[in-house]
Amino acid sequence: MTRKQQRIYSIILIVFGIGIATTLSLMAMEENITYFYTPSDIFEDENLPPQDKAFRLGGLVAEGSLSRNGAIITFIVTDNAHQLSVAYEGITPDLFREGQGIIATGNLNPEGVFVADSLLAKHDENYMPPEVAKALEEVHGSDKTAP
Amino acid sequence: MAEFLNMNGYGFYIWSAYGAALTIFIALALATLYKSFRLKREQRLLGKD
Amino acid sequence: MFGYANPKRYQQLSRIILALALVFAVIFLGEGLYLALIASPPDYQQSETVRIMYIHVPAAWLSMFIYASMAVAALTLIIWKHTLAGFYIRAAAPIGAAFTAICLITGSLWGQPTWGTWWVWDARLTSVLILFFLYLGVMALGNAYDNPDKSQQASAWLVLIGSINLPIIKFSVEWWNTLHQPASLTSLSRMANPGIHPDMLVPLLVMAGGFLCLFVVLAILRLNNEILSRKIHVMRLRTIHG
Repeated sequence: MTRKQQRIYSIILIVFGIGIATTLSLMAMEENITYFYTPSDIFEDENLPPQDKAFRLGGLVAEGSLSRNGAIITFIVTDNAHQLSVAYEGITPDLFREGQGIIATGNLNPEGVFVADSLLAKHDENYMPPEVAKALEEVHGSDKTAP
Repeated sequence: MAEFLNMNGYGFYIWSAYGAALTIFIALALATLYKSFRLKREQRLLGKD
Repeated sequence: MFGYANPKRYQQLSRIILALALVFAVIFLGEGLYLALIASPPDYQQSETVRIMYIHVPAAWLSMFIYASMAVAALTLIIWKHTLAGFYIRAAAPIGAAFTAICLITGSLWGQPTWGTWWVWDARLTSVLILFFLYLGVMALGNAYDNPDKSQQASAWLVLIGSINLPIIKFSVEWWNTLHQPASLTSLSRMANPGIHPDMLVPLLVMAGGFLCLFVVLAILRLNNEILSRKIHVMRLRTIHG
C-alpha cells in the first residue's frame, strides 16, 4: 500500500467512524433536540407529557376556537389528528391567528388544559403576495397550503 | 420616501438586516485589500535587501 | 488548481475570473437590491419582513456551499498534499464565517417580528451556530503552528471532521420538530412545486447569484494574498539561512 492509499483509507475510516458516532449520539439526544411535541405525540406516547416539567406544544390554532376572556386567550391546538385546549395570558406575536402554526411553552393542568406562559408563531414555507393568497383562498377555501 | 423607509412598521428589522450584511461585506473587503497592500509592500522591501 | 505549477497561467486566469466576477457581482447585486427592496411584493403573512429573506437565504446557501468547497480542498490537501488547497481553506474560511454571521444576524432580525423571539435553541438554529464556530476554529487552527504546512494540515482535518454538520443543517428541519420552517425550494418534494411565488423567487435567485460572484471576488483576492504571503515566508527563510 502506498502512502497516498494509506491516507485515503484512513480518511474513509475516520469520516465513517465520526458519522456513526454522530448519528448514534443524535439518536440518543432525540428528546432534547425535538423542539416541541405535537398533540398526537402527547396522546400516543405514554412517556409524554414529561412530568413536572414545562414542555413545548406545537400545532395549528383550530379555526373558530379562538376566544378572549379578559386578558386570557383560549384556543385549541390541533395537528389534524388530536387536539388540546390552550390558555395563555400575555402578548401574542404578529402572526398569531386562527389557522396559524404556533409553539406554546407550559404545562398541562389537572383538567387537561395546556396553560402556556410563552407563545411563538411558527411560519410555514410558503411565500406569496397577498393578492395571490386571496385568489387561492377563493379557489381552495381556507386551504392555504395548496399550491 | 418616509413610507419606503418605514416598511409598514418593520423598517428597523429590515434596514438593520441589510445594514449588517453591508457592514460585514465592507469590513471583509477592506481587511482583504489592506492585507494585500501590506504584503506587496513587504515583498518590495524584502526584494531590495 | 493545477495552474499553481505554472504561476503565470494562474495569474492570467485569476485576473480574468476576478474581473468577470466583479462585473457580475455589481450587476446582480444592483438588480437584486432593486428587486428585493422596491419591485417585489410584500408577503401575505409576513408583510414587508419577507425582504429580509433575500439576504438571509442566499447567505445560508453560501455558508454551506463554501464549507462544502473547503471540505473538497481539505481532501485534496490531505491525500495529494496540494499546497494550493491549503491556501484555499485559509482564504475561504473567513468569507464563510462572514456569510454565516450574516445568515444568523438577519435570521434573528426576521425571527423577532415573525416568530416573536430573537433566538431559540432548535436543531436548525443550533447547527448553523455550530457551523459558525467551525469556521472560527478552522481560522484559529490555520495560525496555530509556526510551521504553516502543519497549520494547514490541522485545519484541513477540522474541516473534514466538521463536514458531518452539513447534512445535519440541511435535514434538521425534516428529522426533528423545529421552530424553523422546512425548505421551500431545495427539498425533493419542493423542487417541482416551489413554495415561493415567482415574484419572490426571482429576486431571491438574483441575490444568490450576486452573493456567489461576491464570494468569487473575495476568494481570489484572499487566495492571491495567501500565495504572496507564502512567497514572503520563503524569502524570509532564505535571508535567515542564506
